[in-house]
Amino acid sequence: MVRRPSARARAGQWLLLAAVLGVAVFLGGNAAANLARRHMTFGFGFLFYPSNFDIPFHLIPWSTADTYGHALLVSTLNTLLVSAMGIVASTLLGLLVGLMRLSTNWLVRNVALAYVELVRNTPQLVQIIFWYVAVLQTLPSPRQSFRLPAGMLLNIRGLYVPDAVFGPHGPTLAWIALALLIATPFAWRLRLGARRIGPYALTLLPVAAAVLVAGVDRLEWPVLRGFNIAGGTAVPPELVALWAGLSIYASGFIAEIVRAAILAVHKGQREAALSLGLKPGRVMVLIVLPQALRIMVPPLTSQYLNLIKSSSLGAAIAYPELFEIFAGTVLNQSGKEIETIVIVMGFFLVINLITSALMNLYNRRIALIGT
Amino acid sequence: MTVRHSRAELAAPVLLEGMTAPGSATEAAEYSAVPETPRHSAPIGARDVLGWTRKNLFSSVGNSILTVLVLALLWLIVPPFFRWAVSDATISGVSKAACGGEGACWTFIRIRLPLFFYGHYPPAERWRVNLAFVLLALFAWPVMREHVRRRGLWVVLLLTLFPLLAGVLLAGGVFGLPAVDSNLWGGLMLNVVISFVTVAGSFPLGVLLAIGRRSVLPVVRLLSVGFIELWRGVPLLTVLFMSAVMLPLFLPDGVSIDRLVRAMVVLVLFNAAYMAEVVRGGLQGVAVEQEEAACSLGLRWWQMQAFVVLPQALRYVVPAIVNTVVDLFKDTTLVTIVGLFDLLGAVNQALKDPAWLGFAKEGYVFSAAVFFVCCFAMSAYGRSFECRLNRHR
Repeated sequence: MVRRPSARARAGQWLLLAAVLGVAVFLGGNAAANLARRHMTFGFGFLFYPSNFDIPFHLIPWSTADTYGHALLVSTLNTLLVSAMGIVASTLLGLLVGLMRLSTNWLVRNVALAYVELVRNTPQLVQIIFWYVAVLQTLPSPRQSFRLPAGMLLNIRGLYVPDAVFGPHGPTLAWIALALLIATPFAWRLRLGARRIGPYALTLLPVAAAVLVAGVDRLEWPVLRGFNIAGGTAVPPELVALWAGLSIYASGFIAEIVRAAILAVHKGQREAALSLGLKPGRVMVLIVLPQALRIMVPPLTSQYLNLIKSSSLGAAIAYPELFEIFAGTVLNQSGKEIETIVIVMGFFLVINLITSALMNLYNRRIALIGT
Repeated sequence: MTVRHSRAELAAPVLLEGMTAPGSATEAAEYSAVPETPRHSAPIGARDVLGWTRKNLFSSVGNSILTVLVLALLWLIVPPFFRWAVSDATISGVSKAACGGEGACWTFIRIRLPLFFYGHYPPAERWRVNLAFVLLALFAWPVMREHVRRRGLWVVLLLTLFPLLAGVLLAGGVFGLPAVDSNLWGGLMLNVVISFVTVAGSFPLGVLLAIGRRSVLPVVRLLSVGFIELWRGVPLLTVLFMSAVMLPLFLPDGVSIDRLVRAMVVLVLFNAAYMAEVVRGGLQGVAVEQEEAACSLGLRWWQMQAFVVLPQALRYVVPAIVNTVVDLFKDTTLVTIVGLFDLLGAVNQALKDPAWLGFAKEGYVFSAAVFFVCCFAMSAYGRSFECRLNRHR
């Protein structure tokens, strides 16, 4: 601090606070008066009323007799699903393109540059609508479905993936697999005698996968029956389009973050590793990327937060996420303008705060100590 | 114009503008004292096409495989797109009948071009929009140029006099200009108008918030932090929706504000939070000695901010501000969802015309291309400014 603020400034800040509070009271009074004139009340009791509308895509059971509160849960899960899928896909894609940007190969480098410029300089909403309207809705009917690898079918009704049908012990084994998955990071930190388990904990993951597969009785392939597809799980086109739009857009920004972070690693590190006789690929994986990760995490966090917030653009293509269901359907049905918007904003705020807290925790784990 | 100064000459204007830390002038002098390494001609192989190809595309087995893979990928994407967009495409004619082939139907775009750029602005009055754009270019030019006197004055004119002139031109109702209701505004023009108002409003507010966030006064700091984090934590779409359905509830009885103005207000508030974070980065880059020096010269607090801290901080963050402007320009497409008629809205409406069904690809590729040109130009300017900054450092 260069100097102490003057007495006038210190008094002035309370005046500012009074002005802000005054505006808040004025606006609140207006809202109360307007609601009273329309014979409406403010409150969240409507969450317990039956909703009477359908949510076409849901991860947990849903029927039209369920309450608005349950709809909140269903739509929040849909938001979380597309956000998680988007974060994973955009990170992988961004890492790939970011590494391509640094390639010594002229063609690879410039194709990656063109991709980044194209993706970053067009609006995300246009991209999402393009994927939905101009690509997915022009796909053939179920009878002429595209056959993709692993028995997947793609047509105008969406993406059909094979369904795993669990045998009698399926659920038990699935829980065991989940427990193994959760145990992995803890096992990483354990010690076996004098040695740390460390990366050997990763062997738990294939075990978990094997346990899960053991529980599967048979696979149900999606097949054409009559005019429709039977069997398999249908991923609705809205989800595919939103996923593509979110992850491709974010990948352009993540690619630049990756590139900048790798360039920021001191070149002496790379030279030292090369002089020790490591191959270029091993230098990247063992020396450069772990150090670049430290630089990447803070900007990556803000990209993830942007992606989660942008998932609300699903409303433009009727993907049933939090914004679409609450600021759209529920607001129209119940007429609770203030409450629904407050709920949507509050939920996004909470999801963002949790994500940001998790990333900060991770950042603290990998940050250099003493810097 | 880039080779106007030698390196030693550059140090002088830099120091005058006070944007580098003391000591860099001597550094620059040292650099110029180092004798340049003699230039070698390039190795023979690097000069011809074959050599270039071998060095850049086939330097190793792995690289050769990559090159072939990428070429195959390009072969799958580029020729079909070229056939669709150029060689098989139609642009002549006046109706859907003109488009028969497999290619794109640019006729659809050509006929709707006025709609996409002006919305429903009355055709007889469109010269006013064009004039406003010319004025924008005239006012923005001195602000963006590399060497200009009184840049600050031009910035102030761009943010005050220009909006006044453009507002009179576009809205009309005075000086014999027929009034044009804002419901009729649309197309790309609306994107530009909204973006300009948002930048002009959110920039000063963002500067205030950034200074507030670093203030030693606890109430000011907490209010700024709360404002910034609240707006940055929620999606823009909810904010726009708030302006559309919730804001009218908070106004006194009988007062109603135009839908466009409401959207602009929340866009200003929303983007001010982002601007504030960008400017804060610049403020953190100004050495504390600068403030101490200003203080010891007897400058008052606001004089110190206005004449010493902000001029330096803002220069550092011009590229980041340009990025924010690009982002908010792209985000103006979201007003479509709350029922305003921007370029994307115009495309959506044109696609619903029964006489022209089934041209979604053309419509969205066109709007993406328009945005790409605008955004690419802006980010190119930002990059060139960054190079300029680094050169002066």
